[in-house]
Amino acid sequence: MKTQRNAELGLLAFAMVLVAAYGATVEANRIGEITPTFWVPAALLSVLFLGLHVVVRFTAPYADPVLIPAVALINGLGVGFLRRLDIGDALSEKLPVPGIFAGIGGRQLAWTLGSLILAAILLLLVRDHKVISRYAYTLGLVGIVLVMIPAVLPSSLSEVNGAKLWIRLGGFSIQPGEFAKLALVSFFAYYLVRKREVLSLASKRFLGIDFPRGRDLGPVVTVWLLSLLVLVFEKDLGTALLYFGLFVVTLYVATERASWLIIGLLLFFGGVYLAYLLGASVGGPFANFYDRAQVWLDPFALSNYERLGGSYQLVQSLLSLGTGGLFGSGPGAGSPRFVPEVQTDFIFAGMGEEIGLFGLSALLVVYLLIVERGMRAALNVRDSFGKLVAGGLAFTLGLQVFVILGGITGLIPLTGQTTPFLSAGGSSLMANWLLIAMLLRISNAARGPAASGAGSDRPGPGPKKAPTQLHGAMTEVIQP
Amino acid sequence: MPEFVLTVARFGFLILLWIFVFTVVGVIRRDLFAGVRSKSIVASPRGVGGAMPAGRPAKVKRGKAARQLVVTAGQLAGTRITLGELPITIGRAEDSTLVITDDFASARHARIVPRDGGWFVEDLGSTNGTYLDRGKVSGPTPVPLGVPIRIGRTSLELRP
Repeated sequence: MKTQRNAELGLLAFAMVLVAAYGATVEANRIGEITPTFWVPAALLSVLFLGLHVVVRFTAPYADPVLIPAVALINGLGVGFLRRLDIGDALSEKLPVPGIFAGIGGRQLAWTLGSLILAAILLLLVRDHKVISRYAYTLGLVGIVLVMIPAVLPSSLSEVNGAKLWIRLGGFSIQPGEFAKLALVSFFAYYLVRKREVLSLASKRFLGIDFPRGRDLGPVVTVWLLSLLVLVFEKDLGTALLYFGLFVVTLYVATERASWLIIGLLLFFGGVYLAYLLGASVGGPFANFYDRAQVWLDPFALSNYERLGGSYQLVQSLLSLGTGGLFGSGPGAGSPRFVPEVQTDFIFAGMGEEIGLFGLSALLVVYLLIVERGMRAALNVRDSFGKLVAGGLAFTLGLQVFVILGGITGLIPLTGQTTPFLSAGGSSLMANWLLIAMLLRISNAARGPAASGAGSDRPGPGPKKAPTQLHGAMTEVIQP
Repeated sequence: MPEFVLTVARFGFLILLWIFVFTVVGVIRRDLFAGVRSKSIVASPRGVGGAMPAGRPAKVKRGKAARQLVVTAGQLAGTRITLGELPITIGRAEDSTLVITDDFASARHARIVPRDGGWFVEDLGSTNGTYLDRGKVSGPTPVPLGVPIRIGRTSLELRP
């Protein structure tokens, strides 16, 4: 198979042209003229992504060609939108147009640089994704500790806007949960590869569904409890849903049993409903959750709208998306600052007003394609660990986009999640670029020729090598 | 900025965004079919015979080409494997193309390899043997379409 690196370069150039076009349109709409330096952010981003592209050329030449350009487009538009907010803020206070490195746009640019360096380091250090499985238990522990730290820390150090998800040190804050998901995926994958026979074979059939034995349910129940703890102590349904969904789906991928999905959904909805009832009657740590459910059920009710921490934000978001309509008001021509937190959680609402349903659905398709490429890598790679890691990571990305987009459009109760690659914030950007680096590494193994090559397929005397020629072969097992 | 330019920029950006999406889809599509046409990765099944003459695509001389390997009986019944140009290995070993969890199958039980446009089944020294229809497979044996290959409790057939 061809390496497709030139296709990647071409797509990357296209993505950067789009980012530059976005920047120019923003300036035309907001400032009234296109400044001579409109292309600088896009050019800087191009240099950064080009760097990663070169690293990929040397360390993972057969990696998927679509991942980097697609993510680069979203990341670049994110930087562009944040810069647009900076310009808007400065102009509304009669200040001159801010420099390229000023404000949240500039900071996001710096975060992008940091994330790409991290991704490149991961690609350089981990030459074979199977190496990670050696550190699976360590990673599992690290993941759980990372999730737990904000819950244990006092609120002054960990709470931002009511959600205890952070570690705040001075003016610097990180969201450890973003990194935890990477560690947890690796651990889950390793655990399930080892246990999959037991989980999929020992089962009782009841009502046409294969139910696993009670003792095999142990780990699922543990993770369920863990994510409920996150829900209660960190007041964050989104992260809880993310971890639990991730575990159930990796379990499903490993065992191919739909019963796990059914059990998982029942447990999750049961837990959420219980939290809702407890919030209504007991209050305490569940009260926040009850409030959010109320906001979701009827955002336009006056009692919800006027309450502090009520539905004001969601209503602004819905109005913003509605104002945008089909084609939006044009980049830079909207008024995103009506939506609180438009630079992080609600960035899709702010962008939606300006690029409309038409543009927003294009962005969603780009997300979909990223997830699809991840799943494709999972299907093609031959080792089970790689399959589960790639599948789990791709699914997490998709679920995260669903959780936040469902939240800001009122489909599901709103929870604080960042929009991957788009929202302002270093933790999210770094963790998600690391995720992409992992997917690149696995897709390299799935498509590479080390995989489809050279005569090591003779099973015979001598040390039995895995018949690596099957990696990335065109043989594809399709289950009916 | 005149209104006209702004409108062009606004819609131009959206159109460009969708062109990007379709270009990406195009690359994925090309990627999907690239493997099928490429001849460079034709594996040479040693043990069966020499490598295929380079550059000559596998063509079937008579009848239809086998496109799929279908499991007709056993635990994996209903599984289909789309045949490419690489050998299919069958056994209990996890790295086999078709992993059979069957007490009567060996870790590396048999393999099915393409040669001269047809497919050959070859037993890899299994304990309980591989059967083509009724006969035991001793050497590389051509597999006609629709004739069951039996391994333990599992049956496989080539289908067009």
